[in-house]
Amino acid sequence: MGPACSDGNVRGQFAPLSFHSFMTWNLLVIQALNGLQYGVLLFLLAAGLTLVLGVMNFVNLTHGALYMVGAYLAATALTHSNSFLLAAVAAVFGTLVIGVVMEWAALRNFYRRGHLDQVLATFGLILFFNEAVRMIWGPAPVYMRTPEWLSGTVNLFGFDYPSYRFLVIGVGLGTAVGMYLLIHHTRIGMLIRAGATNAQMVSILGVNIRMLNTLLFGLGAAMAGLSGLMAAPLFAVQPGMGDNVLIAVIVVIVIGGIGSVRGAFYGALLVGVVDTVGRVYLPLLLRQVAERTIADAAGPALASMLIYVFMAIVLAVRPQGLFSARR
Amino acid sequence: MSFPEPISPRSPRFLVGVVILLVLALVPQISDAIGESYYVTIVTRILIFGLAASSLNLILGYGGLVSFGHALYLGIGAYAVGLLSFYGVSNGWIHLAATVGLCAIVSLLTGLVCMRTSGMGFIMITLAFAQMFFFLGVSLKQYGGDDGLKISSRSNFEPLFSIEGNTGLYYFSLILTLGVLYLTWRFVNARFGRVLRGSKSNIQRLKVLGFPILRFQVLTYVISGCVCGVAGLLLGNFTKFASPAYMYWTVSGDLIVMVILGGIATVMGPLVGAAVYVVLETILSSYTQHWMVILGPMILVIALTATRGVWGLFPRGEAPNWEKRTP
Amino acid sequence: MGIAFRLLGFVAAAALAVCAQAQQPIKIGMMVSLSSSLGALGQDQRDAFMLLVERNGGRLGGLPVQILIEDDQLKPEVATQIVDKLIDKERVSIITGITGSNIMMAIHKKVVDKEVFIIGSNAGPSPIVGPQCSPYYFHTATENGQRAEAVGQYAADKGFKRVYAMAPNFQAGTDTVAGFKRYYKQPLLEEVYTPLNQLDFQAEIAQLAAAKPDAVYVFYPGSFGVQFVRQWRQSGLSGKIPLLSTSTVDGINLPALQDTAVGVGDGSFWGPELDNPANKRFVEEFEKKYNRIPSQYAAAAYDAAQLLDSAIAKVKGNVSDKKALMAALKAADFRSIRGAFKFNNNNFGIQDFYLLEVAKDTRGRFTLKTGPKIMPSMMDAYHSQCPMK
Repeated sequence: MGPACSDGNVRGQFAPLSFHSFMTWNLLVIQALNGLQYGVLLFLLAAGLTLVLGVMNFVNLTHGALYMVGAYLAATALTHSNSFLLAAVAAVFGTLVIGVVMEWAALRNFYRRGHLDQVLATFGLILFFNEAVRMIWGPAPVYMRTPEWLSGTVNLFGFDYPSYRFLVIGVGLGTAVGMYLLIHHTRIGMLIRAGATNAQMVSILGVNIRMLNTLLFGLGAAMAGLSGLMAAPLFAVQPGMGDNVLIAVIVVIVIGGIGSVRGAFYGALLVGVVDTVGRVYLPLLLRQVAERTIADAAGPALASMLIYVFMAIVLAVRPQGLFSARR
Repeated sequence: MSFPEPISPRSPRFLVGVVILLVLALVPQISDAIGESYYVTIVTRILIFGLAASSLNLILGYGGLVSFGHALYLGIGAYAVGLLSFYGVSNGWIHLAATVGLCAIVSLLTGLVCMRTSGMGFIMITLAFAQMFFFLGVSLKQYGGDDGLKISSRSNFEPLFSIEGNTGLYYFSLILTLGVLYLTWRFVNARFGRVLRGSKSNIQRLKVLGFPILRFQVLTYVISGCVCGVAGLLLGNFTKFASPAYMYWTVSGDLIVMVILGGIATVMGPLVGAAVYVVLETILSSYTQHWMVILGPMILVIALTATRGVWGLFPRGEAPNWEKRTP
Repeated sequence: MGIAFRLLGFVAAAALAVCAQAQQPIKIGMMVSLSSSLGALGQDQRDAFMLLVERNGGRLGGLPVQILIEDDQLKPEVATQIVDKLIDKERVSIITGITGSNIMMAIHKKVVDKEVFIIGSNAGPSPIVGPQCSPYYFHTATENGQRAEAVGQYAADKGFKRVYAMAPNFQAGTDTVAGFKRYYKQPLLEEVYTPLNQLDFQAEIAQLAAAKPDAVYVFYPGSFGVQFVRQWRQSGLSGKIPLLSTSTVDGINLPALQDTAVGVGDGSFWGPELDNPANKRFVEEFEKKYNRIPSQYAAAAYDAAQLLDSAIAKVKGNVSDKKALMAALKAADFRSIRGAFKFNNNNFGIQDFYLLEVAKDTRGRFTLKTGPKIMPSMMDAYHSQCPMK
């Protein structure tokens, strides 16, 4: 099934046929699926940060930089070894090590210091990482291959869907399940949950809070690295790639509720669907109500603002986020 | 807790402050003597960002609310000048009135929404509003979009004075900045300011005491936005150019870094922070293209060691006996 | 006898003074965006320009030059400060480079009003091509939308009927699609402008597939290009619908795209495999020195260096004689690596445009192979709006 009729439409004026040709049901379903897929990717990016921000109350702006480093390590490892597995190991362990070193050498002094100083310190680190990466790999984007066994497509509802995306969905859902099991069915997870609600009490009860913090930060860094690995074949690997992702991720966390992994998951799915479906259909909807040139100018502008407007609404109604762990 | 107490004339901070003011007053003369008027340009840029950082200091340093979207008001100020010039209105007083008026409206409306949140939510929602206006600016193609809007001549304040030349603009910026610094000093010692600082340290107690905290915070946010808008007016005049890039979130980040670097909740801190940031950037970039790899860790080190910012390194000294306050 | 000695002394002193003057290196400012999203373009501009300068042993036109390289970070206020420094402090008479259009718009008037020459080698926003043209401004790349115009002509020549166009929602995006439409002349099937912060084009590609176009035109520079082309390839449409583009698969992005970009068409004034001696030399030396294939941005900057080389030689180093320098620059008496090149009334180029296609070269790397010449001696669309003759 395809568009109803789109020959002979004269563009440049009101064209109601184009809207209806895009409003076929299977296209809508595909776009919703695209939204969910994008949401899962966002969750992968957000999961590590929500732990660090929620439990340790640490504004970790370097999360985006670690994502970038993970992508670079994966790209370099893949180019030299032709093994996706090795690239995965390089990305995850590389960022784990870098994260732990960062935490141990500098960042652990900032836990008691308040958000402002954390913002300053991690901002400085972002500048450092962006430039260091530029110095080592150059300013141009770097090559990252999709693994061969995933370069094809799968036919879904009459559309060809990239196979690699299924791996991304798989890893994302696997991470979600893994984190759920970790947090709700292990001792460490219990400590994490306790720390999210009352960190001081946990340390008074004799838990080695320093080790827990380092572990948690390392875990967050490793997840950033994993998300960099998964995103690298899809997006450009270049200096500064983490900055835009950072904003999107923080929006997801704020909507879902800080400290709640469940919140990050549902928040990410929501943001993914709203952003994708809104981006595609908003310009078309606008053409129904406004003149073509206005709609074409306003559509993309509104589409870029969409997730921010969504976040503003959520915060206005429920300031602590939709699924917050905190009271 | 640091309450800015009356300054002792013999403290290092006072002396350094006086020296700075003297040097600032004489920059054009010194620059002419060397024969390089370029230094007037650099110090004008420092003053403009110092003014913007000072405005941010009101709400961030004294009010304790981290606004990550202050660059929005820089943009409003620059575009007020740009749009009015575009339509042929070059009178400087009208530019000033329009800037303050627009910023007041925008900051009031956004402030009312933002104040419903706190902590991370406040940070993100202020960022969201700034991004929304950024995308709006980019999509306004008739005003240049992201290519920016040229301003043919600077705001016209004749016959009182002219800012068309670099020296004129310099002194105008200097007087405005010093005026704002003085007003800040009076403001934080007045009742209004003390309620605001109290809300940063213990908001519950103030609420219990019956203060309408929301009103204080919103009013401070509005004042802060208007002052930042004036800095934006100066920025537009400085470059003779208005651009959505002025509103990008990294500019807001730069402002926050300048405030913290200089010393939050001090009167001279933000100006010193702006100077340190601009001077470091200028000097380092003349040595190496990769200056950010040095600046980043420097910021981190400053965050670690100088907990009260660069200005905080100068001790305040003892207050004279007859003005001693109980801690 | 005494008079003779004094006369000799006077002549000797004068000669010495002239020599000393001539030994002062000519200062040229280069302002490009190095630490920003356009960093890779700025780097190519700088590297290509310096290739010629360094080959000549630090000389242009036979005379020693000092190139002051500055990074404007794509921020207008930094660019303003740099321009003041270059003109007031360093007293340059020529500025070259300028990567971003917004930077160009911010500093263009300021610089030409002070009678300093600008040799632009990348950004060519339409206002300075048309109504705001200046005799002090010379440009060795193209007007921003011109490459798209060439591709539009190609699409019209090939008889595509249902063209789907996509670009990011910023000034360059709309200008480019407008350029495409100017020469394609038929109504487009659809025009989609994607938000600037968008990384994932899956949804747009699905829309595109549903519309069943017979060709797609995109303008996705930098990281947008890497993202779009990769995702286009993964979607399986790449063999089935021809993809035409500008600035999307250039020397900057191809190393990141490699085989995913094979078959994508590009329109430009230059390709690395253009067959003329000057170009062969340029590409060979660039690859040897920098270990990468040069992009069209490098090509424009190299020609800027060649232009200055010829002009400075013509005025024998006397760059303060502005009228003479202007005439020397206008003559464009150099062997451009793109083949035929001369300046139009607005000091923008009259040049040939080619269709290029991504394919493997003899060394197994992915590059742009030269295809048919689409438009010989093409002029930009705004030159008639320029009051200069």
